[in-house]
Amino acid sequence: MFIPIVILAPFMAALLVPFIYRHIPNRNIGWFVIIIPLTLFLIMVSFIPAISKGKTFIHTIKWIDTAGINFTTYLDGLSMIFVLLITGIGALVVLYSIYYLSEREALGRFYAYLLLFMGSMLGVVLSDNLMVLYVFWELTSISSFLLIAFWYHRKKSRYGAQKSLLITVSGGIAMLAGFIMLYVMTNTFSVREIIATISDYTGNSLFVPAMVLVLLGAFTKSAQFPFHIWLPDAMEAPTPVSAYLHSATMVKAGIYIVARFTPVFGGESIWFYAVTCVGIITLFWGSFNAVRQKDLKALLAYSTVSQLGLIMSLLGLGSVAHANDYNVNTILYTQATFAALFHLINHATFKGALFMVVGILDHQLGTRDIRRLGGLMALMPITFTVAMIGSFSMAGLPPFNGFLSKEMFFEAMLFARHFDELSIGALATLIPVIAWIASVFTFVYSMIIVFQTFFGAHQPARLDREAHEAPIGMLVSPIVLVCFVVGIFFFPNVIGKWILQPAMASIYPALEGAPGLVPRIAAWHGFNATLALTVGVVVVGALLYRYLQYWRGIYTASPLNWNLDTLYTNTLAKLGSGSEALTNRYMTGYLKDYFVYIFSFFIVLIGGGLLWLGSFHIDTSKDSVITVNEYIIIFVMMIAACAILFAKARTTAILLNGVLGYSIAFLFVIFRAPDLALTQIIVETVTTTLFLLVFYFLPEWKRESSAVVTKLVNGIISVAVGVVVTVLALAVQGNKMFDSISLYFEDSYNLAGGKNIVNTILGDFRAFDTMLEVVVLFIAGLAVFSIIKLKSRKEEKDVESE
Amino acid sequence: METLITILAGVLVTIAVYLLLCRNIVRVILGTALLSHAVHLLLMTMGGLKQGGVPLIGEHEAGFTDALPQALILTAIVISFAVTAFLLVLAYRTYKETGSADLLELRGPKNE
Repeated sequence: MFIPIVILAPFMAALLVPFIYRHIPNRNIGWFVIIIPLTLFLIMVSFIPAISKGKTFIHTIKWIDTAGINFTTYLDGLSMIFVLLITGIGALVVLYSIYYLSEREALGRFYAYLLLFMGSMLGVVLSDNLMVLYVFWELTSISSFLLIAFWYHRKKSRYGAQKSLLITVSGGIAMLAGFIMLYVMTNTFSVREIIATISDYTGNSLFVPAMVLVLLGAFTKSAQFPFHIWLPDAMEAPTPVSAYLHSATMVKAGIYIVARFTPVFGGESIWFYAVTCVGIITLFWGSFNAVRQKDLKALLAYSTVSQLGLIMSLLGLGSVAHANDYNVNTILYTQATFAALFHLINHATFKGALFMVVGILDHQLGTRDIRRLGGLMALMPITFTVAMIGSFSMAGLPPFNGFLSKEMFFEAMLFARHFDELSIGALATLIPVIAWIASVFTFVYSMIIVFQTFFGAHQPARLDREAHEAPIGMLVSPIVLVCFVVGIFFFPNVIGKWILQPAMASIYPALEGAPGLVPRIAAWHGFNATLALTVGVVVVGALLYRYLQYWRGIYTASPLNWNLDTLYTNTLAKLGSGSEALTNRYMTGYLKDYFVYIFSFFIVLIGGGLLWLGSFHIDTSKDSVITVNEYIIIFVMMIAACAILFAKARTTAILLNGVLGYSIAFLFVIFRAPDLALTQIIVETVTTTLFLLVFYFLPEWKRESSAVVTKLVNGIISVAVGVVVTVLALAVQGNKMFDSISLYFEDSYNLAGGKNIVNTILGDFRAFDTMLEVVVLFIAGLAVFSIIKLKSRKEEKDVESE
Repeated sequence: METLITILAGVLVTIAVYLLLCRNIVRVILGTALLSHAVHLLLMTMGGLKQGGVPLIGEHEAGFTDALPQALILTAIVISFAVTAFLLVLAYRTYKETGSADLLELRGPKNE
């Protein structure tokens, strides 16, 4: 099957790129890279006829079958849209980057990251198994991080990369929790199976939490309010990356998840409210903030945020269709989803082109600041045409594809008034109003892009370089994209029939083939409410743009200066300083404190556990008898041990330790362990000698000058540890749960050819263990040797003494 | 016998822990040595004491005492010796470099 190979091909290429780059260390490496997306695109296009007939392609590679995790790929209409965007725009972006990036850049690294992203993104949209999907999902975050930080010597790039990673990965983890909840409910990780059986679980207590968590993942990734703050900072990435990841594909992964899970959660009112309201707020907030931007790329970033909100809100409205059974109205509800998918494609085309235009301006002029640009129309006519088509499409003007989807958007928003199922009340009026206001702002910033960059006075003195038209290589990709912008306007139903229709079928499996699910898209509907809204947008937008200087002041009004970015930065700084303060409080650098933590934990956990379970049963009936001489030895040991505490001189202490050691050797004799006794005697002798040797170099120990309280606390801790150990050991002896396995070793003569059982265990049965023990001894010996011989370096000492 | 040895091990643990909590580095090392004594005794006790004969085939035919704890302890004795030796040398070097054998004085500067 093709599909797994489609996912793996970019990863393979990403592995190869650094090696090829070694041989072709210039921009021509891009011609190798472009083969991958182009081939994949053509292959996928050949699948379109089958997909549009309602066929789907499933392929499973068994992986962790027992845990329900398999590498299952699933290609249906919804995946198809995204696959075409990823590979198609991917090819254009690679072509564009060949001319955009300087040869001094680390091109090998760049293309490796880009291919890594391409593969992971394909994995996200083609995986049926949620766990596999999650892994690819996080891989897109990681590759996005790497690409944003591509110019890692810049502080802002690092900041933007960190921010995007923190926000998207936190969302990803929430989504993982949501997926696991879905698994707990439905006992499968397969999206298809979940969709098929989810109706049995809608009452489950995990249903709503799973929904909220999955939405968190989608919202963070798709830069929905209030998580949108990472996207403007992600614009530090090279422009091809912004065009690709941060407008056309990766940020649409959240849209994909919402669309994919609409059959699962759609029809729940929480889903409807969350998706629609977050989408509408994002739509408004993004467009409102885009107008104030001075940097063209930041403007496009906010505009992307806003457009993603638009698509999201449409998906929210469309999800209502799942709330009721099939009737004429249900089909009308689905039109919002249709508009969403249509706009998804349109947005990728015009926004991709606009990003590339901004890249061209940046590349040719050395700036993207609106205040320094102007009058470029005559100097860069092709760039101007592309920018105009893209912007007008974004503003929703004919004859461009944005007009069509904007009309459908208004229609869907107006239809929200008829939603009686969810009793949305005042929201029904509010939704179209906000949508309309946001569209006005969209119009305004689209005009800013065109008029403030290409009209007005040319200011050559304020540009870094003289204005020239860009090389043809850089223009090809945006031109191809705007051809789609215009082409889709004239032939929208080609897209509708071949691409959108199967995607609608995968979002509304129950309605597949129903009449009206795929409407005829027409530019002209006659004079109706939506047209009036569009005209209103143009008129009000034009007026607002004309008098921009008079109302721009509202952006500097004080409440707006407080923003989510400040909150994010402050939270991060507080987290850093807070954890540092906390760590400094308990990481004292004093060995005793660490021992206290360890022993306290031991006492609480083991002692508390014993008390809580009450499971200790002390059984002394099987004890062997004690003879008088044993009493004497044990008595001597106890006295010696206690005396160590009170030893005035360290020599006394070490001799007392010797007493203990030799007494244990005696005990070993009594316990029928001759080998142990011999070893113990030797080791004890050497240890005592070693102690005495070191004593020669160390000062005589002083009496501990600690406070009485400290000594008391130490005493309590040590007694508690002793008691817990004793009780635990007695409890273990009283509850023999298994028979000894030593009977096996007693056959040592036949098994290992040795009569000394202990020796055969060490030298034969557990020989590896013994060998590693020798290694430990060897390492300890090396360490001892080097510590004694090592010369300290003077400089280091100076640093330390500072 | 087992109970008594366990209590003895408990006493040794108590004293070892007290020594570990001391400021003087030699006392701490002595504490580790004592702790290993206690653990060896505990291991021995787990296998049962004075039951059966010496685990040497041919010496005693009426069953052997549990040989596995003995093998484990033999390993442990050697390892604990290595640890003690290492710690002693470390203390020696530390004292030579810093002129102190007091752990409270040896903790690093604040906010490193």
